[in-house]
Amino acid sequence: MSDILVLLDHTSTGALRTPVRELVTLARDLTDGGVHGVWAADGAEPSADALTELGELGVTHVHRLTSDADVRVPAVLAEGVVGLLDATGARTLLAVSSFENKELAAYLAVATGAGVVTDADALERVDGTLVVGKTVFAGTWTTRTAVRTPVAVVLVKANSVVVSPAPAAVAPQVGEHAFTASAGASRVRVVERTERPATGRPDLGSAHIVVTGGRGTEGDFTALEELADVLGGAVGATRVATDEGWIGHDAQIGQTGVTISPRLYIGAGVSGAVHHRGGMQASGTIVAINTDPDAPIFEIADFGVVGDLTTVVPQLTAELRRLKG
Amino acid sequence: MTRSIVVRVRWANRPRCTGASEGNVPDVKIVVCVKHVPDIQSDRQIADGRTVRDGGDGTLNELDENALESALSLVEAAGEGEVVVLTVGPDDAVDAVRKGLQMGADEAVHVVDEAIAGSDAIATARVLAAAITHVGGADLVVTGMAGLDGLTSLVPAAVAALLDVPALPLAAQLEVTGSTVRVTRHLDHASEVLEAQLPALVSVTDQANEPRYPNFKGIMAARKKPVTTLTLADLGLDATLVGAAGARTEVLEAAPRPAREDRVLVTDTGDAGVRLAAYLVENQLV
Ligand SMILES: Cc1cc2nc3c(=O)[nH]c(=O)nc-3n(C[C@H](O)[C@H](O)[C@H](O)COP(=O)(O)OP(=O)(O)OC[C@H]3O[C@@H](n4cnc5c(N)ncnc54)[C@H](O)[C@@H]3O)c2cc1C
Ligand SMILES: Nc1ncnc2c1ncn2[C@@H]1O[C@H](COP(=O)(O)O)[C@@H](O)[C@H]1O
Repeated sequence: MSDILVLLDHTSTGALRTPVRELVTLARDLTDGGVHGVWAADGAEPSADALTELGELGVTHVHRLTSDADVRVPAVLAEGVVGLLDATGARTLLAVSSFENKELAAYLAVATGAGVVTDADALERVDGTLVVGKTVFAGTWTTRTAVRTPVAVVLVKANSVVVSPAPAAVAPQVGEHAFTASAGASRVRVVERTERPATGRPDLGSAHIVVTGGRGTEGDFTALEELADVLGGAVGATRVATDEGWIGHDAQIGQTGVTISPRLYIGAGVSGAVHHRGGMQASGTIVAINTDPDAPIFEIADFGVVGDLTTVVPQLTAELRRLKG
Repeated sequence: MTRSIVVRVRWANRPRCTGASEGNVPDVKIVVCVKHVPDIQSDRQIADGRTVRDGGDGTLNELDENALESALSLVEAAGEGEVVVLTVGPDDAVDAVRKGLQMGADEAVHVVDEAIAGSDAIATARVLAAAITHVGGADLVVTGMAGLDGLTSLVPAAVAALLDVPALPLAAQLEVTGSTVRVTRHLDHASEVLEAQLPALVSVTDQANEPRYPNFKGIMAARKKPVTTLTLADLGLDATLVGAAGARTEVLEAAPRPAREDRVLVTDTGDAGVRLAAYLVENQLV
C-alpha cells in the first residue's frame, strides 16, 4: 500500500498544532507503508521537539515544502502538495479540518481529481476503499462516505481519535521538496498576517473541555474564565457575545465560527440557537446553565441546570476546587 | 464590535476573466453565487445518500445574503456596474435567485438539469464556472462562506481554480480600489490581509455586513427582471462529469443520531453548582 501524507499544521515557532497528533495516529492505521509529514516552510522550521514527537508517533519522513512563492497561500501550497504526491506516490492526504485547509483541498481536488471529505471524525479502509465517517446537519445525522477516486483528501476534525504512540519510535528523515509555483497561484499576496497571541489556555478547536458564554453573561466572562482554568479548558462564546465585543471573534463557536467536539461542553447563558448548535452538538457531554427552562439548549443537554449563571458557575468552580483539594 | 462594510470602489477599465473581446471593455459585472438549501430550522433529511432538497423547506442559504449585500454595496458605492445572481440547483432553487433580484440584483441565472442531481462540491463548481463563462465572465465573483447544508466551503476556491482567477476567501472586510481587491480575514490562529488584482473571486463571511431586506419596491421591481434558465447542454458541459455520475465520493450510510439518553434537568434551589460538580466527577469528565 502506498505511503500516506499528513499536513503538519504548525505555529510560527515550529510547534505542532494539537490535532496533527490525531491525524498521524489515524494515518498509521490506514497504510502499511510510511506516514510522511508535509511541512509548509512558511518561515517556521520544525522544532526539535516537534521532530521527536513526530518520530514517536511513527512519522518516517518530513518533507519541507519550499518555494520562491508564498507557501501560506493555499493555491501555492496546493501546487507543492501535488508535486509531493507525484514524488512520493502517496495517494492520500490528511489535514486538519480548518477553513484554510478546505481552500487547499479545493485546489487539490481541481488539480488531481481527488475526492474530498471535510469535517471527518472517523476513517477506515474497507476492501481497499477509504471510508470516512462524519456528522452532518448540526450534529444530528451520522454518515459514512466512500472515496471513489485514486487520490483522496480527508480533513479531520479535532478530538476525533485518541492519540497513541507508534509501536516503535523512529527518527524522521527530513528532506526538502523545492517547487516553483505557477504565476497563477502567486496572484494572491499576503499583505499582513498577525498570529493570535497564545492565551495560556488550550486551543479552542482542539480543547477537551470548553466553557462557553452567551448573551446571558451580559459581558462578564470572569466567572467562566475561572471555571475554564480550574478545568484546564478553553473559553468559547456565541456570536452574540463576540458581536458585542465581549470576547474576540476567534472564540465564536458555531456554523460560522469554530466547530468543536470536546469531551465536555459547558454553556452558560447560551440559548442553543441552531447556528450555535451546528458548531458544538457533536460534543461528548453537554452541560447547560440557563434561567429559561424552555431554552432550546436543554433539548440537547446531558445535564441541564435551570438557574442563574452568576450563582451557579461560581459555586461549581468553588466545589471543583474543593474536590480537587 | 461593529460590523463594518468597507466599500471603496473605483473600477478600473479592464478585461473580464473570460468573455470580453479586446477593445470592447464592458461594464463592470459582479456575479454572486447563491445556493438553495434546506432551511436549517427544519427537519433535514438524507435519503439514498443525498440531501433531500424537495421537501418544500428550501430557502436561500443565509450566508449568501452577505455575498449579495457585498456585491450590491460595491456597485452602489461605485455608481456603476451590474449584479448577476447565479444558482445551480433543482426547480425550487429559482426561489434563491428571485430573492437575490428582490434584494437588488439586476438579472438572474438558474442552471437546472436532471443530470446535476447528486453533484459533489467540485462538480457544482464546474457548472458554476461554466455558467459564469457563458454569461460573459465577471470582474468579480462573490460567494458566501459556506453552504449551511453541507458546510464544506469547497465551492468558492474550486470555482476560482476552474476560472483561473485568484481567490480571496472568508472576507470579513472587502475593499476594491481601482483593479485591486483587498480582504481582511480571520482564521483560527491568525488574521490576514490579502490582496489581488481583478478579475478575482471573494467569499464573504457573516461578519462582512448586515444584509438588507427586500422592500416593497424591490419585490415589485424583481418581477420584471430577467431569469435565464440554462441546461448542461447550453453550457456545453458533459453530463458524465457532474451529478451522481461524476461524483468522487459516495454516501454509503446516513442515519439520524439517536437522542441523548439519561438526560438530567435540575432547577437550582441553591445547590445546583454542587450537584453539577458531583455529576462531572462521577462521570469522570473532570
Ligand atoms: C447566518 C448566521 C450565522 C450565525 N452563526 C452563528 C455562530 O456561528 N455561532 C453562534 O453562536 N451564533 C450564530 N448566529 C447567531 C445565532 O442565531 C444566535 O443569535 C446566537 O447563537 C444566540 O446567542 P446567545 O445564546 O448568546 O443569545 P440568546 O439567544 O439571546 O440567549 C441568551 C440566553 O441566556 C439566558 N440567560 C440570560 N440571563 C441569564 C443568566 N443570568 N443566567 C443564565 N442564563 C441566562 C437566556 O435565557 C437565553 O436563553 C448566527 C446567525 C446567523 C443569522
Ligand atoms: N449550487 C450552488 N449554486 C450557487 N452557488 C453555490 C452552490 N453551491 C455553493 N455555492 C456557493 O459557494 C458557497 C460555499 O458553498 P459550499 O462550498 O457548498 O459550502 C455558497 O455560499 C455559495 O455562494
